Amino acid sequence: MAVSGSKCRSCKEPAVIDLPRHNANFCAEHLLQLCRRQVTKAIEDYSMFSPDDRILVAVSGGKDSLAVWDMLVEAGYEADGFYVGLGIGDYSDESGRFVHAFAEERGLTLLSTDLRSDFGYDIPTAARASKRVPCSVCGLSKRHLFDKAAIDGGYDVVVTGHNLDDEAAVLLGNVLHWDVDYLARQLPVLEARDGFPRKAKPLVRLTERETAAWCVIRGIDYLVEECPIAAGNRHLHHKDVLNAIEKESPSTKSAFYNNFIENMAPLLAEHGSVSSGDLQHCTRCGAPTSGEVCAFCRLVATASPHEPVPVELVLGRRGRR
Amino acid sequence: MLVKMRNPRREVEMPGGRTVNRLLDDLDLVRESHLVICNGTLVPGDARLADDDVIEIRPVISGGAS
Ligand code: SF4
Ligand SMILES: [Zn+2]
Ligand SMILES: [Zn+2]
Repeated sequence: MAVSGSKCRSCKEPAVIDLPRHNANFCAEHLLQLCRRQVTKAIEDYSMFSPDDRILVAVSGGKDSLAVWDMLVEAGYEADGFYVGLGIGDYSDESGRFVHAFAEERGLTLLSTDLRSDFGYDIPTAARASKRVPCSVCGLSKRHLFDKAAIDGGYDVVVTGHNLDDEAAVLLGNVLHWDVDYLARQLPVLEARDGFPRKAKPLVRLTERETAAWCVIRGIDYLVEECPIAAGNRHLHHKDVLNAIEKESPSTKSAFYNNFIENMAPLLAEHGSVSSGDLQHCTRCGAPTSGEVCAFCRLVATASPHEPVPVELVLGRRGRR
Repeated sequence: MLVKMRNPRREVEMPGGRTVNRLLDDLDLVRESHLVICNGTLVPGDARLADDDVIEIRPVISGGAS
């Protein structure tokens, strides 16, 4: 039996986790309470949605998306799940099983679509056919399908499981390149516009260690293994860099992100650097687009006639933008 | 104690008697990127592990943020 001397900051019972950024230890119940409070604060501070809104949660089978779905349902929100089968080998088969089991056990509504059976392609094939990196065609496909599912289903907002580590790592990448357009759009909530639904990230105040602890304590089975395409990508490298800094100076990561949102995001918004230009409807699917046919329909046209490509063949072509 | 790790999945037998933080250091793993589960329960960094414990070191870093 493991023996520990550390006590919960709130109730003085034995702790189950230490959180250096809060300079404190917590028992299981008070770790959950901390997560609930941080999520409530994010929802309220950034006016993400209200109790009357219908929420569509984009779920992948990983810890963050299942945790946020669980938290919203627990808090009394009307939240349905949406899963996209990406066709990334065993990873996709397994992630689909976790998502379906989660929804079934809790009697929740899960919508889903599968790239291969519904659109005639999968991520490895699309990457090869379009000569793009897998994460780029994957992100494009998911964004389009989340938006469409939300608009078609009459949902008020799409929720994703992006956590503090995700956002801080993306921020670091954008800052290293001073990518002003991306910086201006890196917000915890994006309002609906031009036929796109509102998008919100309620976990931006929680680290991934905290969302994983939520899942362990709540008994949520999730896919711990990562998408094989992610291994070694730049985004993971940025997370490692931030965690190395965090180890020396706890809470730097949250200061980096939170102070950006508080101090820099308003300045970027004033500059009005985000302009979508004139949008019209895609002639094939009706989605808002600047051209005649949207990027998703163009990807379907390129990828679906291509012979299926197994995931192993694209593992060398890693990386996000 | 039996220590189970992921990515790739592997198991190693190690002598107990060390703390969770020490175990992570010995394995060259960063605390901020892992949870440690002892006999099915989360344990904090100062928990001292015993010879007959079954430990899971679970990475918490996900790679796809798009
Ligand atoms: S790592 Fe890339 S390919 Fe894999 S699920 Fe994430 S975005 Fe898609
Ligand atoms: Zn407590
Ligand atoms: Zn289209």
